[in-house]
Amino acid sequence: MDKRSIYADNAATTAVSEEVLNAMLPYFRTAYGNASSIYKLGRDAQRDVEAAREKVAAALGAAPAEIFFTSCGSEADNWALKGTVETMAKKGKKHIVTSVFEHHAILHTAQYLEKHGIEVTYVPVSDKGLVSPEDVKNAIREDTALVSIMFANNEIGTIQPIAEIAAVCHEKGVLFHTDAVQAVGHVDIDVKKMGIDMLSLSGHKIHAQKGIGALYVRKGIVLPNLIHGGAQERNKRAGTENVPAIVGLGVAIEAATKNISEKNVSITAKRNRLIDGILKIPYTRLNGDRDKRLPGNLNISIEGIEGESLLLMLDMYGICASSGSACTSGSLDPSHVLLSIGLKHEIAHGSLRLSIEDDITDEDVDYILEVLPQIVDKLRSMSPVWEKMMKGESYE
Amino acid sequence: MLYSEKVLDHFSNPRNVGEIEDADGVGEVGNAKCGDIMKMYLKIDKGVISDVKFKTYGCGAAVATSSMATELIKGKPVEDALKLTNAAVVEALDGLPQVKIHCSVLAEQAIKSALSDYYTRQGIDPLPIVGEIKEPEE
Repeated sequence: MDKRSIYADNAATTAVSEEVLNAMLPYFRTAYGNASSIYKLGRDAQRDVEAAREKVAAALGAAPAEIFFTSCGSEADNWALKGTVETMAKKGKKHIVTSVFEHHAILHTAQYLEKHGIEVTYVPVSDKGLVSPEDVKNAIREDTALVSIMFANNEIGTIQPIAEIAAVCHEKGVLFHTDAVQAVGHVDIDVKKMGIDMLSLSGHKIHAQKGIGALYVRKGIVLPNLIHGGAQERNKRAGTENVPAIVGLGVAIEAATKNISEKNVSITAKRNRLIDGILKIPYTRLNGDRDKRLPGNLNISIEGIEGESLLLMLDMYGICASSGSACTSGSLDPSHVLLSIGLKHEIAHGSLRLSIEDDITDEDVDYILEVLPQIVDKLRSMSPVWEKMMKGESYE
Repeated sequence: MLYSEKVLDHFSNPRNVGEIEDADGVGEVGNAKCGDIMKMYLKIDKGVISDVKFKTYGCGAAVATSSMATELIKGKPVEDALKLTNAAVVEALDGLPQVKIHCSVLAEQAIKSALSDYYTRQGIDPLPIVGEIKEPEE
């Protein structure tokens, strides 16, 4: 079989689409005005920034005035948490609730806040990778300022019961934020119907460029600035607007949120064929709920091998993938997400994440299913862990 | 993660992979929890390492350092193998990313562990010759 080139790591980042790139190009050399300038070049830039804001708002069921552009998803997360805490601490609310398997943009921000006197409750997740609204409800206290639960997990792709979680928050009068970086463009989102007070998103996961994100903040919520300076973003987020990136995000989010359910049918079918094919390899398991997950995501643990080796081998066959192995992050511990759903360290080290989109072909799926078992065999044949497993010995 | 061409070469075509049935010394270091295990088999004839094989569970650097370490000691007197340092393995691989240096330490320790086993089988206390085998911290 000829070597193919398959990008199966769309949860890490995506290529800028042609449509997005073309929309962005005029803003580098021709329409390069500063959106704060008074002359036409500036006014045009401002008009186009506002048009992009309308597109982002429309994609989420929000009003344009509720959308604030940021430099990335992490900035949006930082802003939502730090900003809400700053405001609410003045009212004596010094507690936030989040989950153990959030993205580090949330977890490390929460840990930072802990160092500054905020108490944090990290609700657990089930072995299927789902947060229980009941657990969130029980974690909320009198002094809870905010609940932040991710919309879909970045590693195992599980989609959380966001509307139910938002409902228990509102029942208790607590604000609800969600990091929807992985969900936007893959799941239908309506912030009003779902009761979301704040939502973070990122451009480069949906074929816009890296370095652009947005925070939706429901009307009525006033966040203090994270970045001080000029009057951009209605005085809430200083810094000259990244006009090409903002325009690109507008185009990208419009395209990504069009016909989501239609697109998902074919992606899900291919993803399921990958899951079923890979699970034929003995001593493998699917991580995360099979149905309540992003259509393009699969995360499978393969016993007896280590993730980074697996990724390097896949790369040699032209397949770009990801793993929750410690070695890929340079730390000693494997992914906190895989540990949070109860995986042992040694199982978590051997995990594989594929995140596909509709550009993947049936031939690509065939190729992955042909190549992967060969790689696993090769790595297992040189693995002392596999040797012990086959002899029925403990390797822990 | 930037690996040198040599690391990638030793990872994709590891030298001396396997087992030696009638090995004179076998050593294993690391643990699956940390994500690295190396197992070394030595065949020793008249004080010379006539054959060496390894099996490794671990990342690209773990496989490459094991492979390189076996190349560096194969056909060499035991005394030379005792002197093999992780730095020599790193140098032979044209360097390793900082976070992967521990893999080279593991490769050095795996060889020492196999040599310890060799001396123990000979009825010789390995400790004064080989020194202590350091296990990675959990």
